[in-house]
Amino acid sequence: MAGYILRRILGALLVMLAVSTLVFFMLRLVPGNPIGAMLADAGSDEAREALTRKFGFYQPVIIQFFKWLLNLVQGDPGTSLYGSNQKVTVILYEALPKTLSLAGLSFFIAITIALPAGIISAIKKNTAADNTVSIFAFLGLSMPDFWLAILLIIIFAANLQWLPAIGYAPLSAGFWEWFRHLILPSIAIGTGFSAIIARMVRSSLLGELKSDYMRTAAAKGLSTSKTVVLHALPNAMLPVITVLGVALALLISGAVVVENVFSIKGLGRVLIQGILNRDYPVVQGAVLLISAFFVFANLIVDLLYSVMDPRVRYE
Amino acid sequence: MSEKLTFQSDQSYSKSFALARIYSVFKADGTAKGGLIILLIFLFAALFAPWLSPHDPNEMTLNMMSAPSWQHFLGTDDLGRDLFSRIIWGTQVSLFVGFVTVAISLVVGVFLGVWAGYYGGWIDMIIMRYIDLQWAFPNFIIAVYLVAVFGTGLLNIFVAISLAFLDHFARVARSIVLSLKEQPFIEAARVGGTSDFRIMLKHILPNAMGPIIVQASVSISYAILGEASLSFLGLGVGVNTLTWGLILADGRSFISQAWWLGVFPGLAIMLVVLSINFIGDAVRDAFDLRDNTF
Repeated sequence: MAGYILRRILGALLVMLAVSTLVFFMLRLVPGNPIGAMLADAGSDEAREALTRKFGFYQPVIIQFFKWLLNLVQGDPGTSLYGSNQKVTVILYEALPKTLSLAGLSFFIAITIALPAGIISAIKKNTAADNTVSIFAFLGLSMPDFWLAILLIIIFAANLQWLPAIGYAPLSAGFWEWFRHLILPSIAIGTGFSAIIARMVRSSLLGELKSDYMRTAAAKGLSTSKTVVLHALPNAMLPVITVLGVALALLISGAVVVENVFSIKGLGRVLIQGILNRDYPVVQGAVLLISAFFVFANLIVDLLYSVMDPRVRYE
Repeated sequence: MSEKLTFQSDQSYSKSFALARIYSVFKADGTAKGGLIILLIFLFAALFAPWLSPHDPNEMTLNMMSAPSWQHFLGTDDLGRDLFSRIIWGTQVSLFVGFVTVAISLVVGVFLGVWAGYYGGWIDMIIMRYIDLQWAFPNFIIAVYLVAVFGTGLLNIFVAISLAFLDHFARVARSIVLSLKEQPFIEAARVGGTSDFRIMLKHILPNAMGPIIVQASVSISYAILGEASLSFLGLGVGVNTLTWGLILADGRSFISQAWWLGVFPGLAIMLVVLSINFIGDAVRDAFDLRDNTF
């Protein structure tokens, strides 16, 4: 088990190394260098020269790469090319709690809706309840998250004026303040996620309900609710856990877009602003952090799976 | 000669078989039919946009931010442009990007997958390491990063979105090749002297059509959503090309005064994606692959 975990962690680190390499060299493929973009072709030759020196762009790309990688391993992805040249770590450090709050709350909301919905529609297969769940699941899957965000703003912020339309409040400002700002964006992100999980729970649980052990349990005289909760549900959760990792991708992509609708300065907004400003160090830093988040979330899902399902062998 | 005969019957069997299955499911499934009708309406709107749109989509008038009325079905935006006409024109790019990017990633992805699976060895190793790497990331983040690298514009969006979806097709194709490679009919073709390329094209691919079509239907809806998201973020086809994401981004600052600017462009995106999801679900039923993808 320890060996398996170690191997998986090493594997994840290797993936991150490969990603860092790709991320670095792909941006260097772009014609023209970032200095031109920074000065918007208006700067003098001296200004150009000074900036090139300052950011080390005069060195061979391979040297730049190893310097960058060395700094990265020490936790320093560079400084922003834009505005007051903040350190990328500082920018990301300020953004991370916002994105994590958002993803966490979205996840929580989605699971709270999806689990009961999926279970009900599996048990009451082909009834009105099941059809309602499946219509909502289809709508949830098909709705662009940024559109849902806009609809929520129109209804709850612009018309009813119950909740703020933009911004973020840290937890230190009080739980309610924090929650109030996050509820609309979290619903916008969580809906698609919730639809996927509900459909997964339904189809997985349906498979279990048909199995022999369920008939045995029923024959022993266990009540329906007991057989479902104690026997079918734990088994039905296994495939759901495997898709959690994949569905996390939706949460993260959702956060990237929805943060921009609500003007929350999380990772997504940092990334998009970085791209629009051609601020490469910031873009690289944000992409790497998002990747790391995703790779390690998947790692945890895999490890969780091997703990939950004793049939999985750690070769 | 005999080899030629087997491959012909094999191929025609798979093709008609696949079509017959899809047809029978569509005939029985009401939502699939509904989806098909909605999609056809949008396709019609895209093809005949110049005749269908009541106004010039870019014509600015003094009739700014007027609510939906008989003159402007869906109202006008902040520059007095007719929202209905803009949405009709937007259909073109949104559908075009959705279908073309998936076509590109299907062809390239399936090629890579079949190639890797058929030859194995170091080719497989290199291709699959890359695919695994890409598999480890949210497709949308990959597309965003590719736009960051290549810049905005129609061609770049094609590249970004089709590259981002490649891994799905490669994986599906490879797994099918692996399951077929050792089958007697492939062995027979090889012994009979059929070239590798021909075996892949005529014997393996027809058998892989089901899962690939299913994957394509899933990917098209994601590609359309992806393009809309990119355009919405200002990383799309460009500010001079009408797309639904762009119309929504334009209207976003005014949604508190003009709700229609926030509602209708998104509704169009949702209807198209919903119709494709309905169709995709029916196709998945037809090939009995419900639980393999989502």
